[in-house]
Parts: sequence; structure tokens; C-alpha cells
Amino acid sequence: MNRNTIDLWVGIFVAIGIAAILFLALKVGNLVAFGNTPGYHLEAAFENIGGLKLRAPVKAAGVVVGRVERIRFDPSTYQAIVTVKIDEGNQFTADTIASILTSGLLGEVYVGLDVGGDTKMLRDGERISKTQSAVVLEKLIGQFLFDRAAAGSGK
Amino acid sequence: MPSAVQSGVAHSLRRLGRFATFHVERLGYAARFFVAVIGNTPAAFRRLHLTLREIYFSGVLSLIIILISGLFVGMVLALQGFDVLQRYGADQSLGVLVALSLVRELGPVVAGLLFASRAGSAITAEIGLMKATEQLAAMEMMAVDPLARVVAPRFWGGVVSMPLLAALFSTLGVFGAYIVGVRLIGIDAGAFWGNMQSAVDFRQDIVNGIIKSAVFGVAVSLIAVFEGYDAKPTAEGVSSATTRTVVLSSLAILALDFVLTVFMFRGVS
Amino acid sequence: MSQSTDKAAVPERAGSSDVAVELADVTFGYDPARHVLEGISMTIPRGKVVAIMGGSGCGKTTIFRLIGGQLRPQSGRVLVGGQSVPDLDRDALFALRRKFGVLFQFGALFTDITVFENVAFTMREHTDLPEQLIRDLVLMKLHSVGLRGAAQLMPAELSGGMARRVALARAIALDPMLVLYDEPFAGLDPISLGVIGQLIRKLNDALGITSVVVTHDVYESLKIVDYMYFVSAGKIVWQGTPAEVQASGDAFVRQFVDGEADGPVPFHYSAPSYRDEMFAHA
Repeated sequence: MNRNTIDLWVGIFVAIGIAAILFLALKVGNLVAFGNTPGYHLEAAFENIGGLKLRAPVKAAGVVVGRVERIRFDPSTYQAIVTVKIDEGNQFTADTIASILTSGLLGEVYVGLDVGGDTKMLRDGERISKTQSAVVLEKLIGQFLFDRAAAGSGK
Repeated sequence: MPSAVQSGVAHSLRRLGRFATFHVERLGYAARFFVAVIGNTPAAFRRLHLTLREIYFSGVLSLIIILISGLFVGMVLALQGFDVLQRYGADQSLGVLVALSLVRELGPVVAGLLFASRAGSAITAEIGLMKATEQLAAMEMMAVDPLARVVAPRFWGGVVSMPLLAALFSTLGVFGAYIVGVRLIGIDAGAFWGNMQSAVDFRQDIVNGIIKSAVFGVAVSLIAVFEGYDAKPTAEGVSSATTRTVVLSSLAILALDFVLTVFMFRGVS
Repeated sequence: MSQSTDKAAVPERAGSSDVAVELADVTFGYDPARHVLEGISMTIPRGKVVAIMGGSGCGKTTIFRLIGGQLRPQSGRVLVGGQSVPDLDRDALFALRRKFGVLFQFGALFTDITVFENVAFTMREHTDLPEQLIRDLVLMKLHSVGLRGAAQLMPAELSGGMARRVALARAIALDPMLVLYDEPFAGLDPISLGVIGQLIRKLNDALGITSVVVTHDVYESLKIVDYMYFVSAGKIVWQGTPAEVQASGDAFVRQFVDGEADGPVPFHYSAPSYRDEMFAHA
């Protein structure tokens, strides 16, 4: 086997191998561009984040405008503090409501932003004051049963 | 206990002890061998054309089987996956199912198993035959270290080839699933790719998959060159060494897969 | 024995003594309890062709491996060019081996490269010679064994005799001071036998090297060697020049040279009495 032929085939092999990895990374996975996309950070406190995970999308009007960057527990307020990164160019009012929602029944959990009417805009590092926690199914059922029992005894 | 039974039990214990010590010794020998092979890495890359040649024999010649297997595995995954998912109305998640299965598990593992049987056994047979025909002894007498010239290039050829083959397997699998899911069954292409992209994380899934295939590559290549180098220099010796390579490599891949999966995916729910 | 003029004269080896290889009272066994060699002593003078002869399994190949440093003796000294081989560290051993040439049984050519590459192997590994010079040297070596035209063939395409000759060319590639031949005559047709024998002698004289031939082919050896050692059951039972061998009355030598079925080396493998075994069931 000629040495040049071998080099050629090895080169082709390595090239398509790397192309496959790139394909997987870009088309199959969610690797965006290399380097950080410009943006700013906001914080929000929730009673319960439900199934929210890191890198979950942040959507406003159904459009992805950012990602969840950090989730931590605040031992003093017993709340979950979620840090999100919002893409540059998207401004939100100071009275924006951040809710934890699920897309569809089995879908992923994301943070939804509903804008208010305030003239002031949130700046980098500020906290979203109005939040709505995730709906936890067990609590919902418990609430339902309790309401039913209360309605039944009240008759 | 009558002395006949006693000596029978003692005999079995002795045999067990010898069996255990033999294998522990062999493991130690294998470990020293591994260190020696790694130590010869600079030599292997100085003779770059030798290593390239081995990448050709391990990697390029495995392409056909990897690509075809990947395609078929992806297609079957799509068929079976669709059947189950549609019972829960989740057929739009087919892309997610296929991509995650391939990238996290099937790509590295199945490509690894195929690689072990095709390339691993070939490497073992080649080195074993060189030993049997005294080519390795001849090299030693000519003051050329066979570890540097024969073993190390084959080891690195395998290690470099494996991750590339695993990635190609996964890629062809996704493509096969696309053909079956979107073209044949009729799932929406946008949903297929879109859901997949949001579910497959680069660092979590793809990089971990690549790490897995690299680890498998090291394991299979090491087992292959060791069994070849340690084979008895007879026809039966080489043949049993080749079989051992395939069996041990397969077990190693599956065991390592479990260990790596526990470490990598335990945080993901 | 005529001198061949195919090669330029080779300069004197530095630090030469009259003895190239010496084994002094060497004892060796693969298993320490069972000795393959017992108290072997032999000297191989420089520039001579010496044969080590004996039946199969008598320890000839073991002597070969001791000289080459692949084995360490349990006791005794192995000296090559004045250096004690078992005491050398890895680097020194490799440096010493670069001065040997070795012809393995059946050739042991590297099957994945051409004849040319096989002969060029040690040149490429141990020297920095430019390609053009390597090419010329390889063709010269192949020419001296008569196979210059086969340079581009693969070892699998060669006949047994041709493969043996290529292995010889490979053994002398770096003009070694000592060449070891392990059963060079094994399995060859009569013509090839004659060719190899002639090449061993002519190359030895032309290059001024020392040759040690391990073999059991008496006929060919008598034609070309200067001295012979006979080994049996791990001991040297006889030694002498070819003329002395042919005139010898020693029982072992006579059995070996004349090819007698029974003699000092018994025909029957040790077994209980024939009568007892045949009548065992009675």
C-alpha cells in the first residue's frame, strides 16, 4: 500500500470524523456560537422551581430570549434564587412577572416573562420582584381534595 | 473428615489459589506493559508514518461496517421509538429519543464493540503472528525495541480511531432515524430537529459521549496489543489470544460504560 | 578458501582481541532445577566460521540466545568482544546488538514490508544515512546474495531459499563484527543449501567478520567451517577442525556424522521393559 494513498485515506477519515463531531455538536446538540453571546443578568426568587434545570430557556411571548444560568437555595428566606442571562437588546420592565411554566404536558420546564406597564426597565444584576412558582402536581391534588372536603362539609 | 476428602478439598483450594495468583500476576504484568507502551508514545509519533498506517488499518478499514451499522441502528431506533412514543402522544420527541440514545450510549458502545471485533482482533492476530514467526525476537536482536516500533503505533492508531468512529456511528444513526421518522413515517422535520436540539446538550451529552468512546478506545487498544504481545507463539496460542481480545474488550466496554454513565449522568434527571 | 573481491576492504575493528566470543563454564536452565546447559566452555576466534552442532533440543539455540543477551546464565561468563553480556544494562545491550547480525531460523523477515525495506531496516533505525546512500547500500547487500532483482517483492512472494538469502543480506546490512546463524540450512533444497553455505563462507572472509553457525547439518558444515563444537545433553562432548572430525573415532561424533540410528544418543525414549509392558494385561 502506497504511503501517499494511506496518508490520503487517513486524512479523509479524520476529516469526516471531525465533521461528524461538528454535525453532532451544532445540528443535533445546542452548541451555539463559541464565546459568550452578549447579555445581562437578572435574578428572581421562587417558592418552588419545580423541574427547572440549568440552561433551561427563558421565553417572552413564546420566544427564547435567554437561558437559566444559576440556581441556588437561599437559606435565609428559604427560597430558590434563579439567575438568568438575557440576550443583549431585550429590555424588560421593572414590574415584569417571571413564571415557571411547562411547555405541553410532558414538555420541558422554562421561565416565562410577562411584561408589565412600568416605565422603568430592569438593569444588569437587578431582581425581578414579581414571581410565580411552578405548579407542583401533588400540591394541586391536595388542594383540590381539601377544597372538595370543605365544600362537602359546608353544604 | 477422611483424608481422601481432605486432600481433595486441599487440591481444589490450591488450584483456586494458583488460578487467582496467575491472573493477578498477569494483571500486574499487563499494568507494567501499559506503562511501557505509554512511555513509548514519543517514539510512536516520531515514526509518524507508522502510526498513520495503523490509523488506516484500524479506522479507515472499519468505516464500512461502522457507517452501515450506524445507519441501521438509527433506523430501527426510529421505528421502535415511534411505536412506543406515539402511545403517549409524544411522537414529536422521536428526535430526542434517538439522538440521546445514540450520542450517550449506542454510539460509543456499539461502535466500540464493532471496533473490538474487527480491528482489535486483527491487531492481536498480527502481533501474535509476528511473535510466532520470531519477527519480534529478530527486531530485539537488531536492537530495535518492538514496543516502540510495533506495539505503540498500533495502540495509538486504535485510540485515535475510536472517537471518530463513534461520532460517525451516531451521525449516521441520526440520519437513518431522520429518513425513517420524517420521510417514511411523516413526523414534522422541524419538530424532529428542533426538539432534538433543545434536548441534546453539547457538554452534557456529546462531550461525555466522546469521552466515553476515547476511554473505550484506550481499553480495547490496550487489550488488543497486550494479548497479541503475550500470545503463545503457536497457532492455537494466536487463535485463543484473538478470541480473548474480543471477549475481554466487549466485557471491558460494557463494564466501563456502566461506571462512566454513573459518574456522568447521575446529576441529570 | 578464496577471498571475494565484491566488497571494499573493511578496516580493522578497534579494540580487537583474538577472541570474538567466549563462554566460560556457563550453566543455564529455563527452569532452575533442570539445566539445559552444564558447564559449557567455548572460544570463538575472530574471523573464523565456527559451527555448534548437536541434535534437536540439545541446547544449541540456548547458546545462541545467551550470546545475544536474550537469556542470562545461572553461572559462568558470556563475553562478546571482551564485554560481559549478562551484566550489560539495556542501553549497552542495545549498543552491543547493533554490532551483531542475526539470521533467524526460517528467516523471520518482516512480512509487512518489501525485501528492500527489510534490508534497509537497521540502516533506517540506527543511522542517519541519506536515502540515496541507503538505496545504494541495500542494493549492494542484495547483490552480494544474488537477489538485487527481487528488491521490490514482498517476503510472502519469496521461496524458502530466497527468503533465507534476504535474511542474510539483512543480517550483514550494517557490516557487523559478529554474525549468528540459527539453523541456516534447515528445510532447504540442495541448490539453496550450497548457495547459503557458500555465502556464509565468502561473506565471512570478505567482510572480515566472525560467524557462529548453529546447525545439525553435518555435510554442509564440514564444507565451510573452521572449527566445530558438538553438544549433547547440555555438555560439549567433542570439538575439532573438520579434518579432525572426519578422522575421529569418538562414538558420538561417528553416530552424528554417519547418521546412525542408535549409539551414544539412544534410539528408544526411556520406557519400562518391553516384555513387562506387552504382558501387562496377562
